[in-house]
Amino acid sequence: MSLEMFTQHLFNALALGALYGLIAIGYTMVYGILRLINFAHGDIFMVGAYLVFFTTVAFMPAWAAALLVALALLVFYAVFFGTRRPPLWFWPPLFFFCLTAFYYGFFAPRDFTPPWTVAVAFSIMVTSAIGIAVDRVAYRPLRDAPRISALISAIGVSFLLENLGVVIFTGLPRPVLQPEALVTPLVFSMSALTGNPESLVRVAPIALIVPLVSAFLVAGLLYIIHRTKPGLAMRSISTDIETTRLMGVSVNKVIALTFGLGSALAACAGIMWALRYPQVHPYMGMLPGFKAFIAAVFGGIGSIRGAMVGGLLLGFIEIMLVAFFPSLSGYRDAFAFVLLIVILLWRPSGLMGRAMEEKI
Amino acid sequence: MTGARRDCLLNVLLIGLLFFLLHVAEQQLDAYSIRILSLVAVNAILAVSLNLIYGFTGMFSLGHAGFMAIGAYVCALLILSPAQKESMWILEEIQPWLAHLSAPQLFAGLFSDPDMARQLGFLCAVSLGGLAAALCGIVIALPVLRLGGDYLGIATLGFAEIIRVLIVNAASLTNGSLGIKGIPQYATLWWNYGWLLFTLYVIVTLLRSSTGAAFKAVRDDEIAARVMGVNTFYHRVLSFTIGAFFAGVGGALTAALISTIDPKMFNFMLTFNVLMIVVAGGLGSITGSVIGSVVITVMLELLRPVDSFAPGTRMVLFSLLLLGIILFRRKGLMGTREFSWHILFRPRRQQ
Amino acid sequence: MSAASERVHMRESLHAAPSLRLELDAATMRFGGITAVSALDMAIPRGLIAGLIGPNGAGKTTVFNMITGFYTPSSGAIRFNGRAITGLAPHRICKYGIARTFQNIRLFSGLSALQNVMIGSYLRRKSSWWMAPLQLPLVRREAKASFEQAMHLLERLDLADVADQPATALPYGAQRRLEIARALATQPQLLLLDEPAAGMNPQESAELMDLIRGIREDFDLTILLIEHDMKVVMGVCAHIWVLEYGMCIAEGSPDAIRGNPAVIKAYLGEEYDANAQD
Repeated sequence: MSLEMFTQHLFNALALGALYGLIAIGYTMVYGILRLINFAHGDIFMVGAYLVFFTTVAFMPAWAAALLVALALLVFYAVFFGTRRPPLWFWPPLFFFCLTAFYYGFFAPRDFTPPWTVAVAFSIMVTSAIGIAVDRVAYRPLRDAPRISALISAIGVSFLLENLGVVIFTGLPRPVLQPEALVTPLVFSMSALTGNPESLVRVAPIALIVPLVSAFLVAGLLYIIHRTKPGLAMRSISTDIETTRLMGVSVNKVIALTFGLGSALAACAGIMWALRYPQVHPYMGMLPGFKAFIAAVFGGIGSIRGAMVGGLLLGFIEIMLVAFFPSLSGYRDAFAFVLLIVILLWRPSGLMGRAMEEKI
Repeated sequence: MTGARRDCLLNVLLIGLLFFLLHVAEQQLDAYSIRILSLVAVNAILAVSLNLIYGFTGMFSLGHAGFMAIGAYVCALLILSPAQKESMWILEEIQPWLAHLSAPQLFAGLFSDPDMARQLGFLCAVSLGGLAAALCGIVIALPVLRLGGDYLGIATLGFAEIIRVLIVNAASLTNGSLGIKGIPQYATLWWNYGWLLFTLYVIVTLLRSSTGAAFKAVRDDEIAARVMGVNTFYHRVLSFTIGAFFAGVGGALTAALISTIDPKMFNFMLTFNVLMIVVAGGLGSITGSVIGSVVITVMLELLRPVDSFAPGTRMVLFSLLLLGIILFRRKGLMGTREFSWHILFRPRRQQ
Repeated sequence: MSAASERVHMRESLHAAPSLRLELDAATMRFGGITAVSALDMAIPRGLIAGLIGPNGAGKTTVFNMITGFYTPSSGAIRFNGRAITGLAPHRICKYGIARTFQNIRLFSGLSALQNVMIGSYLRRKSSWWMAPLQLPLVRREAKASFEQAMHLLERLDLADVADQPATALPYGAQRRLEIARALATQPQLLLLDEPAAGMNPQESAELMDLIRGIREDFDLTILLIEHDMKVVMGVCAHIWVLEYGMCIAEGSPDAIRGNPAVIKAYLGEEYDANAQD
């Protein structure tokens, strides 16, 4: 294989791995805290991708968007503030939101599509609200039930989201319009390395943007977890939920925050995934979801850095195995599962995780 | 011991009644209803086998679709006629040894009656489908059953996916992603209910024996079970393999019932359906699994018109149903209770 | 040098005595950098009721876990009836004749009290799983024998009237006795009891002491127990080992232990300071 090809595969692997890593973080955070495989996480990722697609490419009615935002705010409010009086700062954003919704609902031209940034913000917000709502409705009542009950509930939610996707968006894959600037390849010369002036590497800007944005997001998340109070509460819950509760931490809110952050990251991953592999369909979250979970196990479940490392490694394994052994391309989707079984047998606590043993 | 004799008699009567009803159904009902009745039986086999693995031995397995796929493919390959195989394999040439393998033809050499040969061939094909699945179950069990809880679920799910990928890629054996069409529909009502009775008999007697108690001990507290001298790993492998066998049988019957199979069919959705039946019926209740498969199968058919409103609506309702059960009635219909004649004849409680 | 040769000598003398049930020979258990049990020597002759005491976290349950095969000792050997059982799987060790109970009760929650005890006779079965669907007479015979043995044990432990109740619905004391009955059903020669008197009131622990002595006679047992209740330990044990930080700091008869300054120090601290443990 030529060096140019290898470099291109390297960039592909980096982008794919970073996306796996972003999704894996959502799994690892929830598992670290609740010991629950959030089966629905892959579908949350799908929702994130769809929301951007439907606000930019296919026109979503403004009233629907406004309704979704209103519901999202309601979820945030209900979960984080409860029935107490909302704090003062709550009102001005609400006022502006109503104003905007009013404008889009009645005065904006019918075929208006909001700018990109708004669509992304909208998607992240609504997706994280959905993540929180899923926790509130389907997982929280089962905190004291056997762990597998919550897992079955998660499977139920996963199917619900997928099939709701089929009902609302139909099961057909839809193409995503990629902005020109993101796909026009950048051409790098590699003559300095190979000595051949002809050797060029073409990389789509999106393949560079994905890892950069991911790194930025992970840095932010690590900051939240290691430098803020809610982050401290999260870490303490992952060690011992009961004691944390006794310390006066409102555990449910912290868990909701975990779901919110994880879902927001999944939404970012979904958006970037849709731009990189320009297609959305209701089952798009299933396979990346499983693979990301495997990446989380690979890296050591419960560890955020581990999830990112696991995601990147999984991306490299998938891309490079197919690149070096093209005859294996038919088995590409099986690599991750084989890897999972090998990892679970060889080192169940993953690369960076801690071993947990039952006390006798 | 009069109680045991009475129960035995009543069981025989019940089976007689079932056969009579099947006979009536075969005479009176249209093809569609008969098909649903058959589906009930097949789903009950699948649900009981999953319940053995999960409800009674406590291993959360999501690999049922994989075992079904193995059973279905083995059975289909054994009952297809050589002529069908020759015309169907387009992607790749079929393996020569497989091209002429056909169980009914094998038996045709032994029996003059062609129908007899067909039926025996089918019996053989379904059993071999189950055995192939069981063999695969052992191979899977040896590495992954050392895991517990949710990891086991994901690992078995992974295996089901691997099996699917293998089927797609082994085109010279399985016709790859095109699947197999025109499988002879040997799975009559009689076969389906016969296999269901066999499944129920084996699993119920097994669960009532000390081996069944050991399964439950492993489920309730693995560490205590080991201290009591129960070889937990052996019992988990045993339960998993028996479950895999009947899942393979269920898959084989499915293939001969709907006559078309392809790798896409054996996705996670299939496992989800079986899991829903088991959860709805009650984990750890064979009676529950049977009732659950009747209720869920019939509901799935009755709700078919809903899909004309928008495709996918039916599955939305079913996901909601599963969520409702797990959130509000975690024990399902039956909990861990079982039907027994004893309940009917027990004197009323004085309380 | 002299200590090592002494140990060799002791081992030889132990081998010479066939009546020894259990021997721990420099059994050591390390977890990562922590040594939970270091070079523990124990020798329990047949028929003895022995005690293993020490402050919380001294490594007592770790000793039990080593004996029953849940942990493989990092070094050292464990022998039962003169046969090495180091590193065997728990179910194998159970088959040789060692049974135990747990500090935090571990009954099979989905089974009745009777079924819990019947599990105990499972390991002595001769039938195989496939014989059950064939309804072979052996299966039926064994089921009957198992039932009778279980009922007998339940009667012995005053549990006969709750035989059909779910195990975890029983009161606490009955659950503890049920665990003992279940352990006895495996027909052990050595019974390990992990804090059998935990959570019992004085009257219940007095009954427990009678029970322990009684089953030792009836079933020809050797018993090793971990206990914090000194009244029970001093009352039933003929020989006591004291662990602290994984090391055996004293052993001997109850009287010797009671007066041993090292033991007093381990339990009460150097000075009688305010936050000493009892």
